[in-house]
Amino acid sequence: MKKIKLFTAAALALSAAFALTGCGGADDAATDTAADTASGTDAVYRTIDEIKESGEINIGVFTDKHPFGYVDENSEYQGYDVYFARRIGEDLGVKVNFVSTEAANRIEYLQTGKVDIILANFTVTQERAEEVDFALPYMNVALGVVSPESAPVTTLDNWDDSKQIIVISGTTAETYLTENYPDIPLQKYDTYANAKNALENGNAAAWANDNTEVIAYSLQNPGYVVGIPTLGSSDTIAPAVSKGNETVLNWLNDEITALGAEKFFHEDYEATLIDTYGPDYEDQLVVESGAAAQQ
Amino acid sequence: MPDLGLDVLFKGKNMLRLLGGLWTAVEISLIAVALSIPLGILLGIIMTSKNPIVKAVTRIYLEFVRIMPQLVLLFIVFFGSTGALGWNISGELASVIVFTAWGTAEMGDLVRGALISIPKHQYESAAALSLTSAQTYIYVIIPQTVRRLIPLSINLITRMIKTTSLILMIGVVEVLKVAQQIIEANRMTSPNAAFGVYLAVLLIYFILCWPISLLARRLEKKWG
Repeated sequence: MKKIKLFTAAALALSAAFALTGCGGADDAATDTAADTASGTDAVYRTIDEIKESGEINIGVFTDKHPFGYVDENSEYQGYDVYFARRIGEDLGVKVNFVSTEAANRIEYLQTGKVDIILANFTVTQERAEEVDFALPYMNVALGVVSPESAPVTTLDNWDDSKQIIVISGTTAETYLTENYPDIPLQKYDTYANAKNALENGNAAAWANDNTEVIAYSLQNPGYVVGIPTLGSSDTIAPAVSKGNETVLNWLNDEITALGAEKFFHEDYEATLIDTYGPDYEDQLVVESGAAAQQ
Repeated sequence: MPDLGLDVLFKGKNMLRLLGGLWTAVEISLIAVALSIPLGILLGIIMTSKNPIVKAVTRIYLEFVRIMPQLVLLFIVFFGSTGALGWNISGELASVIVFTAWGTAEMGDLVRGALISIPKHQYESAAALSLTSAQTYIYVIIPQTVRRLIPLSINLITRMIKTTSLILMIGVVEVLKVAQQIIEANRMTSPNAAFGVYLAVLLIYFILCWPISLLARRLEKKWG
C-alpha cells in the first residue's frame, strides 16, 4: 500500500514537472493563439477571420532551400516562396510568422494546424491532395536527374542495380521513383543539405529532384549535368492549407487570381529566382492566376 | 590552400546565428537535465521496489523510452499531442518533454544501479549503529550513491546536447539547422561552405562537450 502511494506521488511529481516546463517553454505567442482556437472548436485549423483577428499568420517555409525559402546571413527569410508569403501577410494586414519546415513534415504541420499555410515548394500530387487542400498553383515543375559529368545518367531504363539514386524523403521524386522504377535502389536523406553533400561526396550515381533544383544545381556546380531534364509528368507548385479549411483556401485562390493582373509572380521571379535560373526559364516556370490549373 | 568556405562563417551575423542556435540546443539540454535529475532519482528509488507491479510499470517505461528512437518520440509529442489531444505545443516545449522523459528514464536506471551497488553491509552497519532508516539514507547511502552518480549523469548531459541535433525535424532552429541554412544560402558563392561550416559545428560541439566529459572523467577517478 505504501509503495502504491509512493508511485502515485511520483506520477504527480512527474505531471507537475511537465506543467512547470509548460509555463517556462510556451513563450511563443503564435502557438498560443493557435492552441486557443484549436481547443475552442473541433477543427484543427483557423479560419481567415480568426487569422485576421489574431493579427498573425503562421506560414511554413523551407529555411534551407535556396532560392525558394532560405535564411540569409542577417537572419532574414528570403526566396520565391517567402516573397509571396510576405505579400499574403501584407494583403491580409497581419504579421507573418515563418515556421521552419522540412520536406518530410510539411503535411503533419497542416494536419495538426501548427501552420495556417505551407509555402514550401510544395508540389501538387493526388496523394497529397487527399491529406491537404491545395490552392491555385504559382509555379511549374517536373522532375529532373543530375549526375556527374564524368558519368552522366541519361536514362533510368536498364538500371544497373549496383548504383543508387539520391532522393529527399517525402519529395515527389521519391514517390515517382518508388512507383515507376521499384528496382532502382534509392538513397534517402531527410534534408536538402544532406542530399547535396551525398552527391558531392560521390555516395550515389545521381540525384533525382524537382527539375528547377537540378537545373540550378548544374548551373552553379561545374562538373555536374542534368542528364534527364524532364522525368514523369509536369507538375505544379501551390500553397497548401489544412484539409477542409475553405475560408483560407478561397481567400488564397482569390488572392492568386488578383495578383495575376499585376504579374506579381513575374515580379517575384525577377526578385528572387533570376539569379539562379536566368531569364530564359521565366515564362516556363512562372504561373500567373493559377493559369495551368485551368487549362 | 584549398578553399574551405570558412569565409561564410564571418559573413553578416552568421557566427552569432550559429552561437544562437547553440544556445537553443544547450538551453533545451540544460532544462531537460535539471528536470531529469530529481525525477530520475525519484524513479530510481521507485525502481528498487520489490512490488512486481511497480517493477513492471517502471520497466516498461524505461524500455519504451530507451528503445524508441528519439526522433519518433519527438514526432509523437510534437504532432501527436496536437492530433490526439488538441494541445498546440511549441517545438521547444516538445523537445524539453521528450528529453526530460528520456533523461528521467536513463537517470532512473543509473540511480537504481547505484543504489543496488551499495553493499548490504553498509545498511547493516548503519543499523548496528542504531541509525534510523532515514538517517541511514541521509548519512550513509545517499552520499555514496551521489558520488557514483555524478560522473554518469554528467555524461548524460553530453549525450543530450548531441541528440538535440534531431530537434530540427520539429521546426526548432538549433545549431545544425543554422549550419544547413548558412550552407544553402551561400551555395552559389561558396560551394565549399559545407566543409567549413560543418567543421565549425564540429568544433563548437567539441568545445562544449569536451570539458564536460573531462570533468566527468576526473570526478569518476576521484570518487569512483
